[in-house]
Amino acid sequence: MVTSTTLVYLIALPLFGSAILLLAGRRSDKWGHLLATALSASSFALGLYQLSQMLGRSTEERAITQKLFSWINVGTFNVDAGLLLDQLSICFVLLITGVGTLIHIYSISYMSHDENRRRFFAYLNLFIAAMLLLVLGNSYLNLYVGWEGVGLASYLLIGFWNQKPAYATASKKAFVMNRIGDMGLSFAIMIAFATLGTVSFRGVQEASHTASKAALTAIGIMLLVAATGKSAQFPLQAWLGDAMAGPTPVSALIHAATMVTAGVYLIVRSNFIFDAAPTAQLLVVIVGAITLMFGALVGTAKDDIKKALAASTMSQIGYMILGAGLGPAGYAFAIMHLLTHGFFKAGMFLGAGSVMHGMNDQVDMRRYGALRKFMPITFATFGLGYLAIIGVPPFAGFYSKDAIIETAFNAGGVKGILLGSTALLGAAITAFYMTRVMVLTFTSKERWDDNQHPHESPLLMWIPMAILAIGSVTTGFLFTRGHALVNWLSPVVGEHAEGGKVLLQPAVVSGLALIAVIIGVGIAIAKYQLSDVDSVAPQNVSVFTRVARKDLMQDSFNEAVFMKPGQALTALLVKGDDKVIDGAVRGVAATALGTGSTLRKTQTGFARSYAAFILIGAIVLIAGIWVVTQ
Amino acid sequence: MNFTAPVLNYALLAPMLIVLAGALVGVLIEAFAPRASRHNSQLFVTIASLVIALSALLRVRKQVSVSAAMGSITFDGAGVLFQASILVIAILSVFLIADQENFTALPAAVPGSDEERHSLQTDMRVTEVYPLTLFAVAGMLLFPLSSDLITLFVALEMLSLPLYLMAGLSRRRRLLSQEAALKYFLLGAFSSAFFLFGVAYLYGYSGSITFSGIQASIVGGSGNDVFLLLGIAFISVGLLFKVGAVPFHAWSPDVYQGAPTAITGFMAAATKVAAFGAILRIFYVAFANAEWQWKPALILISIVTMVFGSVVAISQRDVKRMLAYSSIAHAGFLLAGVIALSKSGLEASIFYLFAYGIATVGAFGIVTLVRDSAGEVTDLNRWSGLGKRSPLIASAFAFFLLAFAGIPLTSGFIGKFSIFSAAYESGSTAVLIAGVLSSAIAAFFYIRVIVLMFFKDPVEDGTSVVIPSGLTTTTIAVTSVITLVLGIYPAPLINFIASSAFFIR
Repeated sequence: MVTSTTLVYLIALPLFGSAILLLAGRRSDKWGHLLATALSASSFALGLYQLSQMLGRSTEERAITQKLFSWINVGTFNVDAGLLLDQLSICFVLLITGVGTLIHIYSISYMSHDENRRRFFAYLNLFIAAMLLLVLGNSYLNLYVGWEGVGLASYLLIGFWNQKPAYATASKKAFVMNRIGDMGLSFAIMIAFATLGTVSFRGVQEASHTASKAALTAIGIMLLVAATGKSAQFPLQAWLGDAMAGPTPVSALIHAATMVTAGVYLIVRSNFIFDAAPTAQLLVVIVGAITLMFGALVGTAKDDIKKALAASTMSQIGYMILGAGLGPAGYAFAIMHLLTHGFFKAGMFLGAGSVMHGMNDQVDMRRYGALRKFMPITFATFGLGYLAIIGVPPFAGFYSKDAIIETAFNAGGVKGILLGSTALLGAAITAFYMTRVMVLTFTSKERWDDNQHPHESPLLMWIPMAILAIGSVTTGFLFTRGHALVNWLSPVVGEHAEGGKVLLQPAVVSGLALIAVIIGVGIAIAKYQLSDVDSVAPQNVSVFTRVARKDLMQDSFNEAVFMKPGQALTALLVKGDDKVIDGAVRGVAATALGTGSTLRKTQTGFARSYAAFILIGAIVLIAGIWVVTQ
Repeated sequence: MNFTAPVLNYALLAPMLIVLAGALVGVLIEAFAPRASRHNSQLFVTIASLVIALSALLRVRKQVSVSAAMGSITFDGAGVLFQASILVIAILSVFLIADQENFTALPAAVPGSDEERHSLQTDMRVTEVYPLTLFAVAGMLLFPLSSDLITLFVALEMLSLPLYLMAGLSRRRRLLSQEAALKYFLLGAFSSAFFLFGVAYLYGYSGSITFSGIQASIVGGSGNDVFLLLGIAFISVGLLFKVGAVPFHAWSPDVYQGAPTAITGFMAAATKVAAFGAILRIFYVAFANAEWQWKPALILISIVTMVFGSVVAISQRDVKRMLAYSSIAHAGFLLAGVIALSKSGLEASIFYLFAYGIATVGAFGIVTLVRDSAGEVTDLNRWSGLGKRSPLIASAFAFFLLAFAGIPLTSGFIGKFSIFSAAYESGSTAVLIAGVLSSAIAAFFYIRVIVLMFFKDPVEDGTSVVIPSGLTTTTIAVTSVITLVLGIYPAPLINFIASSAFFIR
């Protein structure tokens, strides 16, 4: 494999920026945000350079590696800190640095009134570095470092305004729930080392041909646990809604475009494990299918614009996980949806930020309405993202989502029909709730208070939105032209396998999907555009709406099933600890202290008694040796 | 009898000779240089000769020779590692010694006399501590390389005599300091006498004073075993005294407390490396084949030492005495490496000595900084709440304590882990169990100090952390970094030690 010496700079630049900004402190308040943006942009430029180099090499030589240093070297366990840039990771590198840079630019203006803007940019740069390490690591252990790094950055950024206790709690919740997923990843690494003897991607891939199915299934399931934590999939999805406490650019970058898709990356990267472990693969599609419905249903009931978008993110990642669970037929489509979603969802989050900016940080959509007139640019860019997500041709989401629905239908048998229908129904609900967001915010009647003065956002904010909107329009077409992305990724994820028996022709699927979208949009328009909307959420609603508003009771469920018994268990353990263990410890400590005080008295301070010790010691020593030798 | 001129390999002896030359230059400076420039030139000469000695050592580090000085000095990989550790520790310690605030101006003056007061008021300083340090370092460099009993004895005295004097140089609590120096001298002389007895018995046993000659006699088995037994026992008394193993430890708490703190740090760290270097060489080279005779006794001493040190440290209220008992416990842990009598035991001991020495210098460096108007504050109760007032210094101290306790991510963990596993591999399960248990006891008092510093309220009695000088800061920073790096990424040093830790006969 071709080796490189320059890969590390991709990570080093933003890491350097983060270190400078954190260490220089207030001194860098004036120029910190500019430095951070410049470093993120240079990382993007480096990524583009690497892409051009990669395009210049033949297919077999496109992947390049760099060994940084020999990290762990214990007996047979050898791990190098090394980087790997191949066709899969370059997609992520460009997404992370590209969208990341746009969001840096946006934040310069968005955060301009925050006195801690420099710290915010330091965390953003830290995130970019950690995320790049995650996608560039050449082993599960290196990936794990990045994985924890993005977790840290996410925690710091969700709780960025931690002067509000609720926000601090939200960041803690995200952190704790992510720990469960991280535990899965560490178990996966441990099982891989115990059974395969290696943790590098290449080593595991080679070993996976000969390893037992049980081991691979165990690794696969643990990787799935990791993915559900980081990507907010069922049953570890509850933190994502609360994570919206962070500043909106953070929601756009970390909780929509990049970090939450790390689970999809992990599964696609581990394709060789899942291909050899059908049980784990089946669990992946089940998780994906459940989450895509779950997120969509929650999305229909949310009045907070960011939480509605968060539910939608959960649902869209469900699509990606579903795609990734469909094996070689779906990996490339999962990545394609991930990339297009990165554009349109980041764009919409920035749009939501722009709306909040113009509405004094109001997030309740029932207090919006008719903003089209006041924020034409935001309306246009958000609208393009909207058309992309609901899957209207020729916008990006149409290509990527249709591909997943079609692959699901063609997965074969009852499984295919079930998965395909779920995905199709999800598309209809997506169209409904996204239209609801669109209508409530931009086109319905005004419902805001008189003291609100909606206005368009400044240049630095709408330019990133516009660029992302262009991406939402064009990427789907670009990726599918001549199967560009599918062919590009095939060396990493395996040849794209067209199912032998095709249940539904692509045209039929597209037709069905369009009908589903039209139904969804139609209901939403009838319900919100053509009739009046209360500016306060009505309370006499169906049980279903109430449950959906509460995120389908996920918190109550967690509380009843995990938290309460957990608290009871801890209380019991504390009691046991106090009585039994601490009692023993205190006893030992008291004994030791008593002995120590007694022995201490031998230290009389007189040189003569010390000399006597030496003499006695020498005699005892001689006697001891004498006894042994006789 | 023919008298042959000695053949010396100067390249291999250069590190010791350079340090000795530096010491002699220091004596001349003390005698002739104007008082104003004395301190700076002494400091310069001391650091320069240590650094040059280190570079001279690195230049010849790959060479191996039994005939560097007519068979009296063996130059081998392990010797290089001991010497390098001693030089590094000495350099870092001299940075602490350079803070003259803690040294009396005129040590020869009677405590409390007008002469003393006058010299302090006019700041008429003598700076003999620098040449004394260099003489001690030269002795320490020779000690682990000596391969006959006479050279070993000369080296022992060469490193001890300056240390006796240096222990009495404290500026405050002069009487305590002088008492410590005198005790150290008397007991040192007493144990040296034992050592000499041992030399005589071993000569009587084997008819040879060289390690290889003694080893040959043990293998041959023709000598009188009682002489061998007495010889090993008496020599052990002399050597174990230097490392402070129980029951030959009694001097160390008093001396650690009385000596100026910078000297205590130097003594605790460098003397341990030198003395354990000599112990390892003599037991690994000369006595290895008489293993069945001395091993049970040494195992007993090791266990008693680690348990005694850990248990008594708990009830100490003075930070320097606590560190003294901690150092006794560490001597017990280090004896496990001697008992292992294997290559991995040697490697582990060398790593442990270096890691422990570095952390010790750093910890004592911090003790020099906690003061009130009357000098250093060593009463632990008055350290409470230090973490709230000087978080950085308290954190560094806490970090060194964690290293002593052997908590992961510090060098102490790697050291303890490797030395106990070496002892276990050689079959000394008892040492392993005692070691782990006393480590647990030891963790109690280390962590108690951390709790005291960070979770108790500060006392309002004028105790404060002074702003360290540049040199002291350097020492504390460098020792912290080394302790951390050796805890996180010890592989390079471990590999280097593994590739060069060996004794030749």
